[in-house]
Amino acid sequence: MSSPAEPLAKTRRKAPKSALARLVSDPLGLAGLVLIVLTVSAALLADFALWDPAKLNPVNRFMAPTGLHWLGTDNLGRDLFSRVVHGARIALAISIGATALSLIVGLVLGILAGFGPRWLDSVLLLVMDAMNSIPTVMLALLLITYTGPSLWAVVLVVVLVNGPGYARITRTHVLALRSADFIEAERAIGARFPRIVFFHVLPNILGPLLILAAMDIPIVIGIEAGLSFLGMGVRPPTPSWGTILFDGFSYIRDSVWMVVAGGLPIVVTALGFTFLGEALRDTFDPKLAKR
Amino acid sequence: MLAYVAKRVTLAIIVIFTVIAAMFVMMHAVPGDPVRSALGPRASEAMIEAYRIKLGFDLPIWEQLLRYYGAILRGDLGQDVISGTPVLRVILSQLPDTLMLIAGAMSVAVIPGIYLGVVAASRRGGAFDRVSSVLAVSVMAVPSFVIAIYLLLIFSISLGWFPAIGAGEGVAGKLQRLVLPSIALGLAWIGYLSRILRASMLEVMAENHVRTARAFGISRRKIMHDYVLRIAILPTITVLGMGIGQMISGAVFAEIVFGRPGVGKLVYDAIANRNYPIVTGTVLVTTTFFVLIGLIADLLIAFLDPRVRNVITR
Repeated sequence: MSSPAEPLAKTRRKAPKSALARLVSDPLGLAGLVLIVLTVSAALLADFALWDPAKLNPVNRFMAPTGLHWLGTDNLGRDLFSRVVHGARIALAISIGATALSLIVGLVLGILAGFGPRWLDSVLLLVMDAMNSIPTVMLALLLITYTGPSLWAVVLVVVLVNGPGYARITRTHVLALRSADFIEAERAIGARFPRIVFFHVLPNILGPLLILAAMDIPIVIGIEAGLSFLGMGVRPPTPSWGTILFDGFSYIRDSVWMVVAGGLPIVVTALGFTFLGEALRDTFDPKLAKR
Repeated sequence: MLAYVAKRVTLAIIVIFTVIAAMFVMMHAVPGDPVRSALGPRASEAMIEAYRIKLGFDLPIWEQLLRYYGAILRGDLGQDVISGTPVLRVILSQLPDTLMLIAGAMSVAVIPGIYLGVVAASRRGGAFDRVSSVLAVSVMAVPSFVIAIYLLLIFSISLGWFPAIGAGEGVAGKLQRLVLPSIALGLAWIGYLSRILRASMLEVMAENHVRTARAFGISRRKIMHDYVLRIAILPTITVLGMGIGQMISGAVFAEIVFGRPGVGKLVYDAIANRNYPIVTGTVLVTTTFFVLIGLIADLLIAFLDPRVRNVITR
């Protein structure tokens, strides 16, 4: 890789259209955007749902969708639509928050490995290799066995699972940039380490990292929902798509609507972020697209 | 070749040792008595005392780590705190069911994945290519446990085509109960394989030897099969190697949803029962399995493609 900034600059010159216009002109990008807007507005407008997501109403349990309960009700008679839109908050907050945190951890580790002494680089690589060698769910189960189930445990799992990936990419870019002429020149005129990192290294690697992060969000949503499904993530009564799905699975012979309500939003957001990520990559980083 | 094998094997061993060390650190990082946190609240006092003596918790920390390594190398992963059976024996009794599930998932993924990848690459940019690439990313995006539950709902509960739970009796019964979990686990890998193969085929198709073959008037079918696919298939071996390892994660969910025995179900039940030695033991065994499969895939590639081992040992 010669200079990671190159493809970005080239496409800019060729296509003066705005980034959003280019994204929307790609059908996949448009579909992704629509699905994400749907999820985000559900999360933002969750408080306007007709019902309280925790309100029990045992008389009306296992109801099919009606005009009042748009997705039906669950095994305790709670309104599923309201639980799903409140679940969107949890899903988005955890996936975006945990991804941002993994990105920061990955950047710091990658810069340390790339600029630091050789032994530190080797140690970091080995630890990251070891972390990636533990199957994701096994790592999560092991950690949660020790920490107990909580929202923070989920975030920790995500950072341990995704952080090393960002660190690796950062490290590769840093190693390539470290000996680039413009960095040498900066150093020659007396620029200090923080200046080189914040003004030269970060702007060069942030683009590809953010695209990867967008593509990782569905994976993180999957981890959160999966752990909540196993009863090891978000604790009830907080509505999470994973717990809705698990309740639905437990009562699958009584009502199909709980499973539909818990699974569909996971599918919708996973597809939304994946489509958007694909379109972003094709639009901004043709070099990555070839892979 | 020998130098490469030695190097790759050493790396795998170092990684496994690092994982063991990381697990040891985790055990000690939890506040309170590390023996109690390692064995969980269900362990008897006698068991706790025995474990304390075995690992020598009064010794300096590095000596404890050495003893921990020693015990694991001897195959001693501790005892089931409920039944007292050695952990390794419990895990090995569950492993075949999980391996069968992974094999089933692989057989679901490999042929359609290769077919889609080859056809998409040979009709690059066409309608088939575009549709199959959207389908590929879609199946990759949706978590396997969501697919598993929907398959259970549609094909077992609504249509009644497949039995819902258990591993089944006899060959026919086992195979019948393997279908849905294998699809749930393998579906995403159709996507991964077809994408990797498509990209790698396009790369090979742009190479000089393919252009030369074309100039010699060799038929397109022969070129695709003999000149392109034979080389382009190599990266899919790496992906398959990773896939088998990562399927262990998916297997946990598939086993729970379809009520199958296996290591996933084992670890899930162990957490519910606070049977911690089973949890750590399973993590260790599955991780070793994962590393070994990766090692085998890498060695296989080096064996099939001399370019790889030359680049790496140089």
